[in-house]
Amino acid sequence: MTAFRAMLIRELHLALRGGGDMLTLVLFFVIVGAIVPFAVGPDRELLARIAPGVVWIAAFLAMLLGLDRLFRPDHEDGSLILLRQAELPLSAVVAAKLIVHWAVSALPLIVASPFVAMLLAMDVATFWRTLLSLLLGTPALAAFGAVGAAVTVSIRRGGLIAPILIAPLSIPVLIFGTGSITATQSGAALLFLAALSLMATALSPFAAALAISSGED
Amino acid sequence: MTSRQVFPPLSLRATGLVCGRGGMALTRELTVSVASGHCLLLRGPNGAGKTTLLLTLAGVIPPLAGGFALEAADTELQNLHYCGHRNAIKPRLSVLENLDFWRAVNGGTGEPVEAALDEVGLAALANLDAGYLSAGQTRRLALARLLVSHRPLWLLDEPTAALDIEGHDLVTRLLDRHLDMGGFAIAATHDPITLPDPARMETLVLGARTAGASS
Repeated sequence: MTAFRAMLIRELHLALRGGGDMLTLVLFFVIVGAIVPFAVGPDRELLARIAPGVVWIAAFLAMLLGLDRLFRPDHEDGSLILLRQAELPLSAVVAAKLIVHWAVSALPLIVASPFVAMLLAMDVATFWRTLLSLLLGTPALAAFGAVGAAVTVSIRRGGLIAPILIAPLSIPVLIFGTGSITATQSGAALLFLAALSLMATALSPFAAALAISSGED
Repeated sequence: MTSRQVFPPLSLRATGLVCGRGGMALTRELTVSVASGHCLLLRGPNGAGKTTLLLTLAGVIPPLAGGFALEAADTELQNLHYCGHRNAIKPRLSVLENLDFWRAVNGGTGEPVEAALDEVGLAALANLDAGYLSAGQTRRLALARLLVSHRPLWLLDEPTAALDIEGHDLVTRLLDRHLDMGGFAIAATHDPITLPDPARMETLVLGARTAGASS
């Protein structure tokens, strides 16, 4: 347990001292939300209708942007080889990385979502549902992303391939994510979203650990 | 250092081991055996496969042929520590934080962090960001990680790289003490490492032209 906590603290320190990385994601997320009204025109009704989809697209893209940071620095400085031989199982190492990854890449987006909601003329009830759906759905995005990043970590241009691997896995998350905001049966969609997140976060550390330990350095 | 645990007897035996990268064999069939209290030095020109052999033994690269096993090893535990070219030191964490982290994830049974830092001569810099360390000091920090991780087998890849004369002595001293405790080591090096007791050292020469193994 102390090893797991040490891993969490290390990841958190590295992320928080990483400077502008976190801010870049938030800015990206807000900018996507900000340019949509200019691109589709200032039609409040249209904006309000597409707002849930836009928020989810922006969140998905912003989280893709942060993926490369998950394993690549550790791969490049040799830490990953040592983590493979650590007393702490590699799946626990990945789980710790995943938790911190979610906390520093998804949580700031959720905190920044009121701005995007405002720019997209969302009403208050829709905004709360959006917030809930992001909270429930982003863990799944992070978990699928971790698997993609682990598979591609030893590939030189892996950062480009990971999104292609993850995109098909993330589509259900986007469907249920936007569905839980707009659809008539939003309650069911929300449950599906939660189930997806639970399953993905439970299984992905093992899948990612397997990908890392079977990959040649 | 009587307070430290002593490792149980252990040996590494490789038979017909062929290592290579990308499907290309770099070494001939190697039959090697290293037991507790002994150090195997790997020598050979650049590209002879020293690092590849170490990475294979570390389990990072699958061998092309043959195999190796740690005998009498407790398979539940991690038995080796690899100290490679890359130091795996995070520049944004302090010297102490770097070492603290590795001690915790490697079981927390090694030497206390302060003692290890003192040993490698970085005690005064404990709270400095590791990014400010010189190449040699970073190397010393990587060596300190060997001390805080309680592992019988050390795989050292150019342990003396970037170190000064005093640093070479440090590597020899650490290695000798590790062997005293019943640990063993495999080290690839271009610099001569001379342990006080030459009976403990064996040399394996890798490379196509110089075929001469003493083990």
